[in-house]
Amino acid sequence: MIWNEKIECASRDEMRDIQSERLKETVTRIYHNVPSYRQKMQAVGLVPDDIKSVDDLSKLPFTLKTDLRDNYPFGLFTVPMSEIVRIHASSGTTGKPTVVGYTRKDLNNWAEMITRGLCMAGVHRDDIVQVAYGYGLFTGGLGMHYGCENLGASVIPISGGNTDKQLQLMQDFGTTVLACTPSYSLHLGEELAAKGIKKEDLKLRIGIFGAEPWTENMRKEIEASLGIKAIDIYGLSEIMGPGVSCECEHQAGMHIMEDHFIPEIIDPITLQPLPAGEVGELVFTTITKEGIPLIRYRTRDLTRLNYEKCACGRTLVRMEKCKGRSDDMLIIRGVNVFPSQIESVLLEMSETAPHYLLIVEREGNLDTLKLMVEVQEQFFSDEIRQLEALRKKIKNKLQSTLGISVDVKLVEPKTIERTAGKAKRVIDNRNL
Amino acid sequence: MIIKQLSVFLENKTGRLNEVTQLLGNAGINMSAMSLADTSEFGILRMIASEPEKALSILKESEFSVRLTDVVCLNSPNEPGALARALNILSGEGVFIEYLYAYSMDNKTANIVLKPDNIQKCIEVLQAHKLELVSASDMYKI
Ligand SMILES: [Zn+2]
Repeated sequence: MIWNEKIECASRDEMRDIQSERLKETVTRIYHNVPSYRQKMQAVGLVPDDIKSVDDLSKLPFTLKTDLRDNYPFGLFTVPMSEIVRIHASSGTTGKPTVVGYTRKDLNNWAEMITRGLCMAGVHRDDIVQVAYGYGLFTGGLGMHYGCENLGASVIPISGGNTDKQLQLMQDFGTTVLACTPSYSLHLGEELAAKGIKKEDLKLRIGIFGAEPWTENMRKEIEASLGIKAIDIYGLSEIMGPGVSCECEHQAGMHIMEDHFIPEIIDPITLQPLPAGEVGELVFTTITKEGIPLIRYRTRDLTRLNYEKCACGRTLVRMEKCKGRSDDMLIIRGVNVFPSQIESVLLEMSETAPHYLLIVEREGNLDTLKLMVEVQEQFFSDEIRQLEALRKKIKNKLQSTLGISVDVKLVEPKTIERTAGKAKRVIDNRNL
Repeated sequence: MIIKQLSVFLENKTGRLNEVTQLLGNAGINMSAMSLADTSEFGILRMIASEPEKALSILKESEFSVRLTDVVCLNSPNEPGALARALNILSGEGVFIEYLYAYSMDNKTANIVLKPDNIQKCIEVLQAHKLELVSASDMYKI
């Protein structure tokens, strides 16, 4: 079922008109209410009237995560606190948390986005949804909760953790839909097997997973272990929370709620917009948000957009699973290289990704890329021939994926240094 | 007749081979045969140890990539042409040898460790031709 057919199946022209109208209104509102963004516009000589349609979007200055921190906690809110009905915050790895505020209308819009996403995934009002995202400052739990209620499904607000109870209620209540992080769903699958509970004895049929990156291999594993269809949902608290985009049953990219957020793909180095279909950094402009509207917010997530109509009938643009973070990007001989690309090549060769380290050097004027791969048990053969074949296979795969040659070296386990349990992935020895 | 051989992945770094022998020596594990295959980048140490399972877990604990591989050991007269005869028989029966290494304990016989592609067939062929195989327990005891 399509929850809001008029919007979700609108023609490109209709969507453009909606976006242009809402963009103009948002820019005007921010200009008059947020001094720090007004200063950014003035610095490039822009006034709200210069923005006449979505075509003018690229004239506007970007908003960065640091802007939220610099205006901590409520400096970017455009409405008085009397209008704010909820506050969420995400703890950053460094410094102060990122704080967002929602008006009543924001919450209603958010609930509808998640409802649309649930319908895309094939969830309906007869479903029993176990929300195992954390409830609290994190947007996952409450966001999903109100979306499910808005649809009319039965919500089990169990929150995260307590795996035994999760599995018990899943059996006793006949949960049909599971919403949590993909890694937690894998854990639930393992526990299920450990307890000898058969997936056939559960009523689970759909999983809505998000809040962290996951691979296609993980999807296959989750679908097999829980006997469900695993749907990817995307969001970030700065923009709204989960439901900014969501996959439909065709699992062919996540439909972005374009009547609320305008997506752009930019080159993270030149900051210029890229043509449709190219991989770059995802940038969002919120066009209905009242609490904390953001213009051209750089997500740092790398993906590409597909504007073709989907097999499900929806015209909402689709974004691919994120390919990595622009912060991690390396440019080698003019080619953009992401550690995540290397990880996925290695994942294709074994069940678990081995530890690896990418070393970039500059010899003369030429950048060279060396990949050290730890030969753990899953890779080890006692035949030289097979180890050489493995090395060649990794090398060839990387060459075809990245478009540049990589020197692959097999090393012993634990050769690669770990800091606090996490392996360092890249060493750039070029002095650029 | 199947012997558990210990195979260890080694980078070509100084001291690593030493580390392996020391770890096993300290645990009172004896090595009866050993061979090191190497390329310019890495090597594989193959050996027959007195307690293969124990050796495996000791090396694993020390973060080596290690596994047990099934091999057979042929006891052949220490005389010209003996090994060639055995290998001819095997290739004649379609048994392919991935690698082998040999050592001699005295002047009369030599032990030849073989890693065939099909271990069951290899054993059958050798036994059918009355060639002498070293039993696993004898092998670990040496
Ligand atoms: Zn679709």
